[in-house]
Amino acid sequence: MTHPSDTGQAPVLALRDVSKSFGAVRALRGVSLELSAGEVHALAGENGAGKSTLIKALAGVHRPDTGQVLLDGEPVVFHGPGDARDAGIAVIYQEPTLFPDLSIAENIFMGRQPRRALGRIDHKATHEATAALMRRLGVDLDPDRPARGLSIADQQIVEIAKALSFDARVLIMDEPTAALTGSEVARLFKVVRTLRDQGAAVLFISHRLEEIFEICRQVTTLRDGAWIASEPLDGMTEDDLVRRMVGRDLAELYPKQHVEPGEVALSVRRLTREGVFTDVSFEVRRGEIVGLAGLVGAGRTEVARAVFGIDRWDAGEVEVAGRRLTNGAPSTAMAAGLALVPEDRRAQGLVMDMSIERNIGLTGLRTTVKAGLMDRGAERSRSLDWAVRLQVKYARIADTVGTLSGGNQQKVVLAKWLATGPRVLIVDEPTRGIDVGTKAEVHRLLSELAADGVAVLMISSDLPEILGMADRVLVMHEGRLTAEIPRSDATEETVMAAATGRAAA
Amino acid sequence: MPESVSLANRAIRWDTVVGALLIVLLLLSFSVVDGFGNALNLSFLIGNTLPIALVALPMTLLVVSGEIDLSVASTAGLSGAVMGALWNQGMTIEAIIPVCLLLGLVCGLINGLLVTRLGLPSLAVTIGTMAAYRGIAQIVLGSDAVTDFPTQYLDFAAGRIGDTFVPQALLPFVVFLAIAVVALHATPFGRSLFAIGANEEAARFAGIRVKRQKLILFTLTGLMASLTGIFWALHYASARYDNATGLELSVVAAVLLGGIDFDGGKGTLGGAIAGVFLLGALQNVMSLQDVSAQSQIVVTGVLLVLSVLGPRVARQIAVARAGRRAASAPPPGKTPAPAS
Ligand SMILES: Nc1ncnc2c1ncn2[C@@H]1O[C@H](COP(=O)(O)OP(=O)(O)OP(=O)(O)O)[C@@H](O)[C@H]1O
Ligand SMILES: [Mg+2]
Repeated sequence: MTHPSDTGQAPVLALRDVSKSFGAVRALRGVSLELSAGEVHALAGENGAGKSTLIKALAGVHRPDTGQVLLDGEPVVFHGPGDARDAGIAVIYQEPTLFPDLSIAENIFMGRQPRRALGRIDHKATHEATAALMRRLGVDLDPDRPARGLSIADQQIVEIAKALSFDARVLIMDEPTAALTGSEVARLFKVVRTLRDQGAAVLFISHRLEEIFEICRQVTTLRDGAWIASEPLDGMTEDDLVRRMVGRDLAELYPKQHVEPGEVALSVRRLTREGVFTDVSFEVRRGEIVGLAGLVGAGRTEVARAVFGIDRWDAGEVEVAGRRLTNGAPSTAMAAGLALVPEDRRAQGLVMDMSIERNIGLTGLRTTVKAGLMDRGAERSRSLDWAVRLQVKYARIADTVGTLSGGNQQKVVLAKWLATGPRVLIVDEPTRGIDVGTKAEVHRLLSELAADGVAVLMISSDLPEILGMADRVLVMHEGRLTAEIPRSDATEETVMAAATGRAAA
Repeated sequence: MPESVSLANRAIRWDTVVGALLIVLLLLSFSVVDGFGNALNLSFLIGNTLPIALVALPMTLLVVSGEIDLSVASTAGLSGAVMGALWNQGMTIEAIIPVCLLLGLVCGLINGLLVTRLGLPSLAVTIGTMAAYRGIAQIVLGSDAVTDFPTQYLDFAAGRIGDTFVPQALLPFVVFLAIAVVALHATPFGRSLFAIGANEEAARFAGIRVKRQKLILFTLTGLMASLTGIFWALHYASARYDNATGLELSVVAAVLLGGIDFDGGKGTLGGAIAGVFLLGALQNVMSLQDVSAQSQIVVTGVLLVLSVLGPRVARQIAVARAGRRAASAPPPGKTPAPAS
């Protein structure tokens, strides 16, 4: 398979007919791709299509089983990520790979800090260089801050700064925007455009199609590990792209059904956690989907954590279906029918070394029990049932979740909580890293759950998702609830105004 | 990258390796080592290994959940010392034993509270209480040795079943073992321990009561350690403050040798018990060969290091083999032309 590039000159980096298998899983089958200087190239495909695997083949993490990697038209073999980096290829992986105990600056200049006499590390120069990178990215992060405790958005920024620090000719980004909000994405794209104009070749992965159309010129689509097309985006519509990815037309992305709200299922009154959020009160009724919007760091996740009992609150109270919850006790929250799908699937949602079956089973330790013992049959069928309903792509239910693609891991987290049959479901960024097809599927599921009388609180940084799915939108700004907007009045403008604190009082 | 972890687990299971090693060692010892196979030696072997095995049960659960208790030998020593002291005071043994068990329970509870309430690392906490409990034992009993316990108790702790080489005390152990296996591998409690050890935060987000489970484990460990202390004093017919010194090293070595991952979240009780008897048989053989006690400790230490390395090396070999297999497999067929 050959793909003529329009420039005529050799692409900076290319893959030719590359295949890669993991045991029985054929992650890539005969895929080709060309990246040209001064161009942003999109890689599209459903969860598990092989995008991350392709990137790892480009970056020397995986050696292709067959096929070649070409650098400036010449075949090369990268023996490890170091080789690829030395060749000017910088990669931002889907999962941040920072060392939590090192500072931001140390993470960026890991192993190549500026030196002073006698080989001592020049902390001042490291600090300065990091500060310069942060200025270039237009962000305000203290270089000396440890990576531990950084939000996912900030971790991603550090990864980008790290990639920039290499002055890479090729920048590869695996879902860099998944955890970013609108303004952060805009900031990132500004940086990407600058790099592109300076002649870098960029490969960009995102499940948000509008982003692909905004920043990319070419798109390569994968389906089930196979190459489908490489083509200019000019003249294509989002529907065209979706059809390439899923091989069929897509159902409605926001299939919101109208449900008459029932009695109050979740009631949060004057909840305060000092220094984090203040005086937060709201209710969610059965059958309602309530959106919780706000900028990253506004305190949305923190409220959800406190309500579920992960963190203690200092004042206020929470009721689920009329039952007062104990402060700081997730098990009682669960028993009352509350479920929380957390934002960080690796740290909070999943046990990576455990099987899909066992991960989903973790929320069933009270229910799939017979005479005090685990009922393995019940556990398995419960897990299988939900893995299938959410269309998780896996080889065997006993495989560890660590081997799943990012989006499929997210589906396992959803499955784990939906399997509890919750009365009140809090979802924190439920479709982060999920492909459009599945996203529509998740939305349909949330809508159906609401129709069945579940009260849903949806935290999302994806504004169209909030607007498309929520009956009411709550907006937080700097730890306070600043607005409650009914569906009919919710627009991008009204929500953003409240989220940035510009709301007319 | 956790490359092909599941493949590795299937290719070599460390607990099977240890089980095989145990069988090989036993077969070799029977044929080569003089005096190994006679009934007296075998009952010595089992009797001497039982304290390690008893404490290894709760220790396995602890290590699976990502914690450790190094104070177990001191708790055992303290129980023995208190038992001796109370016996000297004229209390009946039937009254003394519950008191000692309660004491062990409190020792474990203290460890658990320090770890879960104050958030201290269990390694540090239990090194501290290891010294403290042993010190109290010395205060309680001084350098006395109490030996005159009632004969029916001494006989039970040292006796054998009929004419066989099997110690009577093996029976209660087997019951405890069965309970522990079920608890770790077949109950929700056991499940939660694996989750806690592998990813404590995710376990908390799944509604698992992490602190409570750990508190239960530390308390049970203390209880079992004191039971072991009582057994020790009766088995060797001697209650001294320094009973069971160094037992924690053997227990931890055996458990790790059995494939319980020091980082938590992995392992099987079968493996741990195979590790215990492997270590026990090794120590027995060394004694028969007149290897000095000091050298035996060296061997235990080396085993400890190897046991931490072993499972990792096995996993890496398996990964490498899986990689080579994938590389040498025939290339997958060409994909049909894209349907765009
Ligand atoms: N180390 C591995 N071991 C086994 N299977 C793997 C491994 N890495 C990836 N896979 C499998 O290869 C397939 C492709 O995965 P990949 O991560 O490339 O998908 P992706 O397109 O990046 O998906 P997503 O959009 O969800 O991130 C999946 O079926 C995945 O389970
Ligand atoms: Mg991916």
